Amino acid sequence: MAETAQLARAGSFVRERPLSAFILVVAVILLLDLVTGLATGRYQPAFIATYVWDGLMRGLVIGLAGIGLSMTYSILGFANFSHGDYITAGAFIGWATTYAIAGGFGARADIGSLLLVGAGGSVFGGALGINVANTPFAVIAGLVVAGVFVIALALFVDRFVYKPLRGSGGITLLITSIGVAFALRYLIQFVFGPSTRGTTASGTVPSLAIPLGSGFLKVDAHDLTLLVVSVGLMLGVHLLLQRTKLGKAMRAMADNQDLARITGIPSERVIRSTWIIGGGLTGVAGYVFVLWKGTIGFNDGWLLLLLIFAAVILGGIGSIYGAIVGGLVIGITASLSVVWLPTGFARAAAFFVMIVILLVRPQGIFAGRETA
Amino acid sequence: MSAEASPDEGPPGLRALWDRDVVKIAALLVGIYALYLVVGVLLDYSIRGQINSIASLTFYIGVFALLALALNLQWGYTGLFNIGIVGFMAVGIYTTAVLTKQPMLVAETGRAGGFGLPLWLGILVGMGVAALLGLLVALPALRLRADYLAIVTIAMSEILRFTFLSNTFEQFTLFGHVVGLGGGSGLILDFTPPLQALFTALGLWHAYLGLVDGFGAVIPNNPKPVVDALAYGVLILVFVAGYYWLLRRTGNSPFGRVLKAIREDETATRALGKDTDVFKTKAFMLGCALMGLAGILWYMTSGAITPNTYKPRLTFFVWIALIIGGAGSNTGAVMGGAIFAAFLFEGPLFLQNVISQFVQVEAPPSFGPAVAPLIAHANPVPFLLFTVASVRQLQLVIMGLVLIWLMHNRPDGLLGHRKEPASSVPLARRPGGGEPTAADGGRGGSNRE
Repeated sequence: MAETAQLARAGSFVRERPLSAFILVVAVILLLDLVTGLATGRYQPAFIATYVWDGLMRGLVIGLAGIGLSMTYSILGFANFSHGDYITAGAFIGWATTYAIAGGFGARADIGSLLLVGAGGSVFGGALGINVANTPFAVIAGLVVAGVFVIALALFVDRFVYKPLRGSGGITLLITSIGVAFALRYLIQFVFGPSTRGTTASGTVPSLAIPLGSGFLKVDAHDLTLLVVSVGLMLGVHLLLQRTKLGKAMRAMADNQDLARITGIPSERVIRSTWIIGGGLTGVAGYVFVLWKGTIGFNDGWLLLLLIFAAVILGGIGSIYGAIVGGLVIGITASLSVVWLPTGFARAAAFFVMIVILLVRPQGIFAGRETA
Repeated sequence: MSAEASPDEGPPGLRALWDRDVVKIAALLVGIYALYLVVGVLLDYSIRGQINSIASLTFYIGVFALLALALNLQWGYTGLFNIGIVGFMAVGIYTTAVLTKQPMLVAETGRAGGFGLPLWLGILVGMGVAALLGLLVALPALRLRADYLAIVTIAMSEILRFTFLSNTFEQFTLFGHVVGLGGGSGLILDFTPPLQALFTALGLWHAYLGLVDGFGAVIPNNPKPVVDALAYGVLILVFVAGYYWLLRRTGNSPFGRVLKAIREDETATRALGKDTDVFKTKAFMLGCALMGLAGILWYMTSGAITPNTYKPRLTFFVWIALIIGGAGSNTGAVMGGAIFAAFLFEGPLFLQNVISQFVQVEAPPSFGPAVAPLIAHANPVPFLLFTVASVRQLQLVIMGLVLIWLMHNRPDGLLGHRKEPASSVPLARRPGGGEPTAADGGRGGSNRE
């Protein structure tokens, strides 16, 4: 009789949550279409795999940057709209470092142009031959500087902007963070210029083509760098929060700030650690994102921000695993949606998934497992 | 029922006059105009230039006041955190455009026609569609926390922009008409100019043309564009007065008091037997319709519309305007709109014009050449020139800093605490009398819905 019980449960699920049931049906139909399409040869395996791989890469960036957003969202209790511009800031400072080192500190091009990441078309990353195989040291240095700079930036902004507003409510902080976002984004534009430019010598990046069906899936060294860096950092954060008292303190803070303080948790120190971990990951995410896509522009982080929000909400605010899984889901959704939708709607599809999640499960997939 | 809830029985004389909200707004506007005129005179602007700068100032004061008023209904009165304003504006103007553009029966590449309907109908339907979109967003999203509603609305406005941008809807056939959203190149607004349509409908078109000729005395050649701009600015101010009146009436009505009660404590309001979801939905839809109309008024005369005008930054402009004036007060919304338009939106560009009149030296093309002389020879001139040339970017930096400053020092707006109380009875101690007002008894029937 287990089957009838299951049927009855399914029936009541459809009746009680028609929207969720409908979305489930749509998801199953799309999945079936994908599977039958692959089986009958309507979709080339390499074609699908390329989109999934692209989505995976985007998802890792979104997830990595999302960890910081998720942590500050749960511990400080506000949606930080300036997070996207932290990504941009990290990317520009990191790439300025890479340019300076790859350009021999002014030996191969004017040092000012190098430090401004080739503002106004004065120098191009491709001409400097920058990629992870040619100039590994410059790339690693840029990565580290990006992380460190965003940590410093996040602490600076927190000290002078958010700290005086502690405890004044999520909406006040949210509006303030919009102010920070504006100031930061257009300051970056003022200094580094408005143009989007290429940063890497993409032609000389080592890559391998994996044969799939009648086509190939192309994976290059920058894909692998992104994979290694982001998975490594995610594991690191996981261990940090699992093995140290910090993780426990963060969970306590997210749960009930007053209670945490009474128990003797140094709340300001925990907040600082949150910005340090989140800021570092965000800066690195910005750097590897630019390395992977090969272009840099002052709007990059802002354009990514809504997708990161989508990922964080999807995964459940406060959960770092949620942010990672949410990032992957959002990244792959945005990429794979192109199979069914016109290309202009890739981001729209990701936003739509987020809205749907907010409606059917606002607490997110990983709800209740905060910060670890 | 007291329509004037604010305690107007203050000390007599100037104070009492200043206490009147209309006087505050008028004084602010006069001050702003005087400032612009004085600077214009000092710079030896031509009359044409003067009228032009006044007209464009009026226009932006008007549109930002309209949008801030509409937002005040949603955020200031009801506590609905909408950061998708630009989406409702875009839907309004796009609907109007598609309905009123000249019909096109045979498809041509790269162009889309419309239904050729009269403009007034297009505007009404545009408002209606914006309200319906508001309903669509509100139905599920109002149950969510304020920050989630924020993210849903901003995502909605971006989804709309992608839809307008997409070449899928660039052109399609509907009811035998070739219509479309124009894709990235946008739509050309080829209907009768709104001013002409309005004055013709009122039977005043010839009188208006006579007026334009009269202006020929001060502006010798081709006065019409200048006079048109000025007249349109004044028309927008008429709409501001209309919005203000409507929202004041709404705010002081029993309906408005429920909205304010929701803002203060939704659970308590529901405990009093009000179906807060219905009130919130209605307020949200009204606000969206007003935003749609504001969008239409803003872009109706621009000749063409393109999707990338409707980026989220416009939404944040309106928020800054409302926060300057202080959320919760219609007077604050109008004054915030005026201050934002005059000093943050138009001001820096005006200043740039002023400076470029005196300094006619080419600015460095980018930050590097601008800052190099400063470091090498302590020569700040190129950097200052570059700063002036980059006013469009720096004004956004300034706006961000102003927003941060306001949230730190003036979270209730420049005017201070202006939130209108939810009750129709003044709950504060009477000025003079000393004894507390009976908050419970006395006025039993008047505050019922």
